[in-house]
Parts: sequence; C-alpha cells; structure tokens
Amino acid sequence: MPAVRGDGMRGLAVFISDIRNCKSKEAEIKRINKELANIRSKFKGDKTLDGYQKKKYVCKLLFIFLLGHDIDFGHMEAVNLLSSNKYSEKQIGYLFISVLVNTNSDLIKLIIQSIKNDLQSRNPIHVNLALQCIANIGSKDMAEAFGTEIPKLLVSGDTMDVVKQSAALCLLRLFRKSPEIIPGGEWTSRIIHLLNDPHMGVVTAATSLIDALVKKNPEEYKGCVTLAVARLSRIVTASYTDLQDYTYYFVPAPWLSVKLLRLLQNYTPPSEEPGVRGRLSECLETIFNKAQEPPKSKKVQHSNAKNAVLFEAISLIIHNDSEPNLLVRACNQLGQFLSNRETNLRYLALESMCHLATSEFSHEAVKKHQEVVILSMKMEKDVSVRQQAVDLLYAMCDKTNAEEIVQEMLAYLETADYSIREEMVLKVAILSEKYATDFTWYVDVILNLIRIAGDYVSEEVWYRVIQIVINREEVQGYAAKTVFEALQAPTCHENMVKVGGYILGEFGNLIAGDTRSSPQVQFELLHSKYHLCSAATRALLLSTYIKLVNLFPEIKNRVQEVFRADSNLRSADVELQQRASEYLQLSIVASSDVLATVLEEMPAFPERESSILAVLKKKKPGRIPDEVRESKSPLPNITPAPIINNIANTNSSSADLLGLSTPPGTNANATGNGLFDVLGDLYTTPKISPTTVQQNNIKKFLFKNNGVLFENDLIQIGVKSEFRQNLGRIGLFYGNKTQSPIQNVHPELHWNDLHKLNVQMKPMEPVLEAGAQIQQMLTAECIEDFHDTASMSVSFVYNGVPQKISMKLPLTLNKFFEPTEMNGESFFARWKNLGGEQQRAQKIFKAQGSIDLAAARTKLSGFGMQLLDGIDPNPDNFVCAGIVHTRMQQVGCLMRLEPNKQAQMFRLTVRSSKETVSQEICDLLADQF
Amino acid sequence: MMQFMLLFSRQGKLRLQKWYVAHPDKLKKKITRELITTVLARKPKMCSFLEWKDVKVVYKRYASLYFCCAMEQEDNELLTLELIHRYVELLDKYFGSVCELDIIFNFEKAYFILDELVLGGELQETSKKNVLKAIAAQDLLQEDEAVDGALREVGLL
Repeated sequence: MPAVRGDGMRGLAVFISDIRNCKSKEAEIKRINKELANIRSKFKGDKTLDGYQKKKYVCKLLFIFLLGHDIDFGHMEAVNLLSSNKYSEKQIGYLFISVLVNTNSDLIKLIIQSIKNDLQSRNPIHVNLALQCIANIGSKDMAEAFGTEIPKLLVSGDTMDVVKQSAALCLLRLFRKSPEIIPGGEWTSRIIHLLNDPHMGVVTAATSLIDALVKKNPEEYKGCVTLAVARLSRIVTASYTDLQDYTYYFVPAPWLSVKLLRLLQNYTPPSEEPGVRGRLSECLETIFNKAQEPPKSKKVQHSNAKNAVLFEAISLIIHNDSEPNLLVRACNQLGQFLSNRETNLRYLALESMCHLATSEFSHEAVKKHQEVVILSMKMEKDVSVRQQAVDLLYAMCDKTNAEEIVQEMLAYLETADYSIREEMVLKVAILSEKYATDFTWYVDVILNLIRIAGDYVSEEVWYRVIQIVINREEVQGYAAKTVFEALQAPTCHENMVKVGGYILGEFGNLIAGDTRSSPQVQFELLHSKYHLCSAATRALLLSTYIKLVNLFPEIKNRVQEVFRADSNLRSADVELQQRASEYLQLSIVASSDVLATVLEEMPAFPERESSILAVLKKKKPGRIPDEVRESKSPLPNITPAPIINNIANTNSSSADLLGLSTPPGTNANATGNGLFDVLGDLYTTPKISPTTVQQNNIKKFLFKNNGVLFENDLIQIGVKSEFRQNLGRIGLFYGNKTQSPIQNVHPELHWNDLHKLNVQMKPMEPVLEAGAQIQQMLTAECIEDFHDTASMSVSFVYNGVPQKISMKLPLTLNKFFEPTEMNGESFFARWKNLGGEQQRAQKIFKAQGSIDLAAARTKLSGFGMQLLDGIDPNPDNFVCAGIVHTRMQQVGCLMRLEPNKQAQMFRLTVRSSKETVSQEICDLLADQF
Repeated sequence: MMQFMLLFSRQGKLRLQKWYVAHPDKLKKKITRELITTVLARKPKMCSFLEWKDVKVVYKRYASLYFCCAMEQEDNELLTLELIHRYVELLDKYFGSVCELDIIFNFEKAYFILDELVLGGELQETSKKNVLKAIAAQDLLQEDEAVDGALREVGLL
C-alpha cells in the first residue's frame, strides 16, 4: 500500500485492497454489496458516528461510485460533514457533493447554508473550498444566494490572490447559469482591470471570466482590448526567466497567452486605435519570429506550448482577416508543419489551413501546398488526419485546380476508409458541379462516383445530376450516351440504374440513331437490370418504360408485355402493381397526342442551391465554408420535381380520360401520389415537410407556471414563469430534440392588447444546436385587466425546411392574482356588497367526468386565489379570494364553486368590483373541473 | 471550457472522472463507456485529438493510464495536452513518481490536486509551485487536526 500523506484512512485503504484482490466481477460485486450494507446500517444505527467515521464511510461510497455503481444514500451524511470544524472532514464532504450531488437536490438549501458559513471563514483555505464547490456545481439557486458576495470578493483589495482566482471562476460558473448576476456599471471597469493584476494566476483565471462576459456584451467590455494587448505584449517579449513559475518549458505563460489571444477574437481588429493595433501586430510578428528560433528544449512539451500559442495567434489572424502579410506568413508557417513528424502538428496545420483557404488574402498561398495535402490524404496513417486533408482540399478548391483535386479525390475514394466515404462523395459532387466549365466532365465525375462508391452516393447526389442534365441541353446527348455505356457493365450499382433509367427515359431518343443503342437495345439493357433492383428502382424503371413508349412507338408491344407480366401487374407491391396497370392502360387507350402531352420531356428545374450542400452542412455544421456557393437561393430543395408532368394537374379528369379504375387496395389519394411523384417518398424514409402547427393546451397553465408549453419531434418549448404584483417574468426554454441544428429561430409575438398587457420579448440566438437548449426571457406588465391571452409563433428552419409553430402564452389574467386571506364574516359581507348585476358573473357547467373534489382543490390552489376553508356552510363548496393587480387599479375578487354531485354539474360564481374582471375570471375557470 | 475529464486504465477501468457540465448519471455512464472504447481502439502513433460527437477529445497515455479531456470546439488542443501533462507532473511531484495505484488508493487527493489546477472547467493556476503550495497547506491542516485528535485521545489536550 502506498504511503499516504495528510490524514490517511486505514479502513478505506483496506477496502480498496479487498476490491483489488477480488478474483472475479461477481466477487467484487459481493464485496461491494456487503460494504454498502455495512455503511447503511452504520448510518441508520443508534450509535452516533464521529466525524472521522462519517468521513471514512462517505469516502468509501465515493470509491464505490467511481467503480461505476449507483449510490443512493449518504448524501445527508456528506452534507453533515460540511459543517464539521475539521478541515479534512469538510473537504471530503465537499468532494462527495461536487461529484455526486445533483444541483436540483433537496439538500441544496443545506449545502448553500454551509457554503455561506465557509465563505465567512477567516481561513482562506476554507473560503476556497466553498468557492471551488460553487465553481464546480454552481446552479441558479447558488447564483441567487451568492450573486452579491462573490463579485465583491473578486475585486476587493483585501482578498488574497488564491481566493481571487477561485472567485473569478466561481463567478464565471454562476454567470453561465444566470447571466444577470454580473453587476455592470462601475464593476465593468474593475473586472476588466484584473487583466493588469500583478499575480499571473489571477490574470489567468480572470481572463476566462472576461472572455465569457465579452461574448455576452462586447460593447460594455470593449476596454479589455487595450489591456489584453498590453498584457500579451509583455508576455511575448518576456524572456523565459522573467515569469518564473509561469514559464512552462521555456515558454512564457502559454496558457495566459492563449486565453488573451482568444479574448481578442471576440472583437474586430482595433482599428480606431492605431497604436493598439500596431502593438498587436508586433506581438503576432514576435510569436512568428519565436517559432523560427531554434528550440530551447528537445522536449515535446516545449514545442507543444510554443506551437499552441502560435496556432492561437494564427486563429486570431484568420479571425481578423485584415493583414495580408500576416495571413501569408501564417500559411507558410503551417506549410512547414505539414511535413512535421508529429502527427498532432500535421493534423492541426491541416485544420488551420482550412480556415486560411477561405480568406481571399491567403487562398493562393494555401494552394501552393496542394501536392503535400494530396499526399497527406493518401498517405497519412491516421484517418482523422486524412479527413482533415480532405477538408482542406475541399476548401482550397477553385476553378484552376478543381479538375486535379476532384481527380485525386476520386482516385483516393477507391481505397478510402468507410467512415469518410460518404462525406467525400458529397464533396466531390459539390466541387465538380461548382467548378465545372464543361458539364460533360461533371457527368463523368458523377457516374464515376456511382461506379466507385455507389453505396455512398446518397439520393441528393443522383437527384442533382438529373436536375443538371435536364437543365442543360448541351450535355443531354452526352449523358445519354455515357449512362448507356455505363449500364453495359456486367454489374452496375443500383444508383447507376436509377440515373440511367431516368436519363434514357428523357433523352434516349438522342442516341437512338446509332444501331448499337437502338430503342430495343436501350430497353432490353435497362430491363436486364430490372429483376435485381429494389421496388423503388423498379417503380422508376416502369415510368422510364412508359416514357420510352412515347419516344419509340415501335417497342410498345414489348413494353406492354412487361407491364402485363404477372410479376408487375399482380405484384404484391401496391405501387408496382398500380404503375404497371395504369401505364399499361395509358399505352393502350391514349392516342399518340395524349401520350406525347402526358409524357412530355421534363421542364427545366428552377435553379436552386444544391441540396447536396445542405446535406454536407448538416453532417459537419460549422465546418463548411459558407462562400462555397456563389449564388445562394433561398429555396430549400429536398426532393426533385415529378418526373411525369401534367398528370398531377389533370389527375381527376385523367381517370375518365383513360377509363381506369382504381386498383383494389389503393385509395384515390395514393393513386395521385403514385403518378405524381415517381421519385418521391414512397420508398424512402419520410421527410419532414414544412408545417405550421397550432398547439396547445393552454388551459392547463391556468393552474401552474411551469411545464412544457409545446412539443413535437423537433423541438420542445418549456416555460417557467414567476409573477409579482402586476409584473411577470417568463422564461421560455427552447430545446432541440434532434441531431442537427435548428436554424433561423424567430419568435414573434401576436397580441393586440399591448396597452392592457404589455409583453416584451428579449432577443434570442437564431441557432439552436443539436440537443441544445436556449433560453428566452419575456416580461409582462398587466396595465389593465384583459381578455384571453397573448399568442406567439416561432418559425425556424430544420433540415432546410421551414417550420412554424404557434402557441398561446400562459399569461392569463389570473396570473396577477394576489391571494387574500379573510374570515367567513368579512367574506360574506363583501360577497353581499358585490351583489350587483354589474359585478357578478355566473356559469353552470357539466363536470368533466365524475366530480373529483381533491383534483378541483389542487387546481384551484394553483389558480392564484386564496382557498378559504371552513367558511362555506357546505364543506364541498370552494370559496376563494384574491386581488388582481394591474397598473391602473387593484380589483378585489371573490369566487365560489359549488359542485352538485347528483347532477354532475358545477355552479361557478365570480364577484368583483369590475364587471370585466368577473367575466374574465369566470370564463377562464368555466369547464375546467 | 473543459466539459469533463476521465482517467482510465488500459483495461478500460475508470479511475477518475470529473464533470464540469451537468449530465444525468445515465448519460455520463454512456459517454464514459463509448469514449473509453473509442480511445482504447486507437493506435499509438495516431494523433491525440479527435472530433467526437460535439466535443473535441484530447487524450494522452502515461504508462498504463489514459488521461482524456473533452473540450469545446474553440479550445486549444495542444495546450490541453499540456494541461494534462501539468496535471501528471503535479501528481508525480506529490506522490513521488506517481503510478496508477497511487491514484486508486488516494483518489481524493487526485481530485483535490485537480481542483487547484482546473476549476469549473477553466484553468485556474498553471504554476506548479503554487498548486503544490496549496495542497501542502491543506495537508498541514489535516495533520494538525490529526495530532490534535491524538493528543485529545490520550487526554493531553
């Protein structure tokens, strides 16, 4: 057993040894269960445990937890340890809590109390323990409890440096939980000036805090730029002996340097202050110069620390994107790293260069390294590095090098790792489209893609090639010829059959003059693949066949034969059966004119953004340079337009025209779809279509302030609200339930009576990352009593598809109630006083289900009025009193709800000094029981 | 900001876990399991960084132990690697050529040292001297208490 310093716990060590000596998993579990039982009995036993014992058992529980077992007791004992006057016991208590206690635990109040006591301690080590606990598990509750104390600790002259450091990070944690705790005003400058603190540790901690504050409010904290540049300048020009223990392997304060460089990336280059800007440029130059110096140590720590600063400096240069010479210098430096023997450096250099490639100043400089990058893609041993190389090639591609890069990517694709194939396919497809000067080249590339990596070619890719061929007349003949040739391979990918089928169906006539590709040959070639294909592809081919009938009447009989085949006409697959029978009838009944109209060539697709790009962006949010597309169309594009035009419009009349009856087992609606959307969704996973959803059961929020306001498959919107007098604060929590970001989130308020209920909505982030939750605050002020409640709508874009939901806000008049306690006498005196016609409202309504008095009581207690018990002579009746607060006036309000069990009815009476209030409260409550 | 740090052995046994973001236990377990499998499957010469789900994982192996940090996208990879190294140096200095067993038997110390270095997911103090000073001060307090306790037991205090 290793020696332990401080205050060792023998029992714990013995237990750990026991566990380590267990020969099997079962033995281990047995030993743990025995120990758990022992600890449980000790905690429950009559004998009071002393602090040491408690500490020991709590520590054992922690160890058991670390082994991966659930711990469901001991929390109380840990909290007890917090108030121990022995440091070692306190420390273990805090450790247990920060590892094991949930922030919403019932014990949080006790924990907060203990922390409060320790913060008052005169011993800085105790204060630090408390601060560390907050910094590690700080919650909203803690923000409320310590929001005023901690900023004081941070800037006070009396605070010791170590405490200041913890206080800075503690405040950061609380700020993340509850942004309003930062005081602002004069505090701003005091916090910023921590950057000047003589203690490097304080500056290091404070910089993280300032970075977060700046992100929230850049304007307010603008003053930090000058100070950060000055501090950075002092560090980079320092010799490694100047900063003593803050020098790490001969690199002066690398962590602080990086934090400062990060902080500066929140701002555009300081242009209004040329002095600051010049100083910053000098710093960056110095960092580059140092990178060129011979290393002061052979240790990897030295080069890592030095290069960490260098990479961060390059990030800043890329962010500023304003100094061409620095950008080019960065590029050259990274170029050197591309052939460094450290895999880590090569990885980072490729990643960083990817950003440089998007700057107009350095794009050309990046291109100089093309050869090395191509080699990296082919030769790197680590797939994640190869992936970076692919990303960089994609980013550095332009008109001049597209052909070469695409060629190299295609070649590499044959041997590429499965994990990156799909993405590479998308990239090749995008680049070849974007930089194609000659679309025959583009067609070749895509067909090659399908040949080499057919399994990884997603729908979007082959939809896209078809859109382009249809829109560009000059390439149609070539495309027909090329697919025809490709289909002649003995085995070809199903995606090739799809593209081939579609293109020959449209443009087969362009190559029919050649006897080697006569109509019969084309048809037989396609049909030879038919039986190997999935139902979706077969459906597509059937459409091709009918189109061929229109193009080449001479093969009509042969095609009809195929339609008639049992495997089609009586296919178990409804879609195939339907197509076969309808197409068959169409070919029999329709005149050639009708056929020509129905089966006319596809019209051009509207020009729009490549849907492939959308897929790629989805796969790698934030990593696809935005300017990859020159023209962005706002139109999202998911599925291609229908292959057979006109039919959709004439669908209802076409039934008469063709004398078709709907095949058994298919409803009319499906008939429409089937013909309309040959390529459509029948065989693919359902896609999300644009929707507008109207929600929501707002009535349940009459009785509570928190809960889920809206939820569907994509998004969940929760609400938490609190009201005081005539004011309310509502927090909406938008949660993204999907694996992709939700974009352009735009909430909008719909409420006309702002002069009665003033609702203000705070702006929010437009992007909701996958799985993330963001909060939006609303405030409400009741100016005068109002009717109904405000609504809002939220529009957003998911997967390129716009969505809109609308919902009512839980801001009904009853939220502004203040409950009023009164005795029976005064209640009935007032009740009588408010007996006028103008003051009362009454409704009689049927109970929802059988009368449940307990449930009614629960509801009423959440409604906002005071439930007055023992007042009404009939104990089943409910009477309530409250005051509605508005800015204009306060309206006293009484309510009586009388259940009638026999009739299963309620009678509800509301009386108040204002008719509209009585009416509204009555309306709100009616039918709710 | 660091989201969490895991220490685990070559056999995949978790030795220390520190979470700076609040996740339900179930999710923590799932993440831990998946990440350990992913990292252990990597070959020695591979790069120390990987894009994993929405975090950037930085890891390094010291003898039989893997140190693994999950960072946010904008965090500096190389410095995270050195942060791990600094932690190892601190453990080494404190335990005197640290080995996996030290961390198993004195996991609480490993936590205390980490808390001095990283707080709430942010680097707090990079000076080795200052961290060790803080830990020494803690130890001193504990020893004083232990001596007090012993004296009290024999009736001398």
